[in-house]
Amino acid sequence: MEDTIGVLVRLAWLVGASMFVIGLMRMNSPATARRGNLVSAAGMAIAVAATAVLLIRNGAGVTPWLIIVIGIAVGGGLGLYTARTVAMTAMPQLVSLFNAVGGGAAALIAIEEYFSRSSGDIALDTTVFVIFDIVIGAITFTGSLIASGKLMGLSFTPSRPVQIPGGQVVTIGLAAIVVLGSVYLFLGNESPAVMLLILAAALVFGVTMTLPIGGADMPVVISLLNSFTGTAVAMAGFVLNNVVLIIAGALVGASGAILTKLMADAMNRSVLNIMIGGFGGGGDTAAAVAGPGGNVRELGIDDAAIQLAYASSVIVVPGYGLAVAQAQHAVRELAELLESRGVDVKYAIHPVAGRMPGHMNVLLAEANVPYPQLREMEDINPEFERTDVALVIGANDVTNPAARRPGSPVSGMPILDVDRAKNIIVIKRSMGHGYAGIDNELYTNDKTGMLFADAKEGLANLVAAVKGL
Amino acid sequence: MNEQLLTNFTIFVMAILIGFAVISKVPATLHTPLMSGANSIHGIVLVGAMLIAATAHDVIGYALALIAVAFATMNVVGGYVVTDRMLQMFRKRPTPAAKPSDTVEG
Repeated sequence: MEDTIGVLVRLAWLVGASMFVIGLMRMNSPATARRGNLVSAAGMAIAVAATAVLLIRNGAGVTPWLIIVIGIAVGGGLGLYTARTVAMTAMPQLVSLFNAVGGGAAALIAIEEYFSRSSGDIALDTTVFVIFDIVIGAITFTGSLIASGKLMGLSFTPSRPVQIPGGQVVTIGLAAIVVLGSVYLFLGNESPAVMLLILAAALVFGVTMTLPIGGADMPVVISLLNSFTGTAVAMAGFVLNNVVLIIAGALVGASGAILTKLMADAMNRSVLNIMIGGFGGGGDTAAAVAGPGGNVRELGIDDAAIQLAYASSVIVVPGYGLAVAQAQHAVRELAELLESRGVDVKYAIHPVAGRMPGHMNVLLAEANVPYPQLREMEDINPEFERTDVALVIGANDVTNPAARRPGSPVSGMPILDVDRAKNIIVIKRSMGHGYAGIDNELYTNDKTGMLFADAKEGLANLVAAVKGL
Repeated sequence: MNEQLLTNFTIFVMAILIGFAVISKVPATLHTPLMSGANSIHGIVLVGAMLIAATAHDVIGYALALIAVAFATMNVVGGYVVTDRMLQMFRKRPTPAAKPSDTVEG
């Protein structure tokens, strides 16, 4: 039995872990979500403080304390600075970056634990968890960095899918190194060299796994990697025999897995399909089914302004184009102007609008759009028929009626029934394709007017035109 | 499998099931903050990083522990702050035009 302090530390860890669960439960509703996050943060503070008490009890030396204090100061400073200065549109890549360092930390723990004990006293089940931790942590580290780079649009990590020469062979080769190396170590051999080889293979694997995936699929990838990090942390918990790491890691592993599946479902794709290849594969069928549609009707600013101002109901359909153009404030301004003229304005939010599920809600919330005006897809779809004008801003595939028929790459994807509105205005920079790389039949619909402009500029012009009426 | 490992494994499986049960109830609109919030929770790896800092006994060990502590703290602090920033925006409509019924926060 442990001494009193040891018992109290363990109980404090249990309190911390419980507060993570309670925090996540509070995130069920917008009203309590912020407090939930604070509960979770408090749980973290308790767990870290308890660990510090344990180290004092164990009589940790000066060097460990220096390492901890300097590490916390540097890491905390960087985290605080980036989190407070990042623009809300750049938030997904920051989450990915934080995920990368979390996975990296988990891998480092296993590496240090293996090498500091590499003198014949490593139990076999510890080796198993060490390997899992190193492999998953390393893949997450490089994979999340690449994903983050792709979203930032860095030149060495282009957002388009990058085919790696001999991709399949490289992937299989790396996997073989990991598996064979692991089997060798499981057999009871102790070899730092083999462990380093496994680590190197896993780091490269993270890169080759993420590079070929297109930027549009990055949210799913980040979510999957988030789940990986949770799992890696749980593995680190097994290595260190620490329950709070196991609980928190498993919680995140489970949440990441669910989120990943939800995101993939909303895009009507399987996670496996996303990990194996980009949208390109569906191109042939698309050409065969869609065919050249009718004519595109171009709409002027003044015509669009009149349609909006004299409508009795308008549904705004914001998409990725709005997020890129940072037009969330402009759209809120237009909506308020229309409301002041007695128009009923709502926002239709597709589950994957923007770059992550719920990302569009965050962007619009940032622009002070009232939360109750944001309506989810199932909720708003029946209302399109009764709506005078649907204003589509930078959304493409999620409005494509082709999804209702089989044979198209977007087939079966849940869409917003924009084409059922009485009139449709689409603000878009060009007739360019969305992620799926196919024509959108909505644009050739007789009821649709195309307003070719950057989302922010187009909205600003609309606001000016409506004011002038 | 020894007793300790078995206990740890039981806890692991139960925590996964709790994770599924808690998270599947979150509405889609909160998924991005949720992902960010879950992301900060795995910053608990900081506890592990502190523990290995205390047991490290050579220069390489110290270096690995230092990087691990810095990485983990960045994960924790950045994660919670950015999640809070996101959730702050969901709270209510701060414009003067807001009617009490417009607010989500009770």
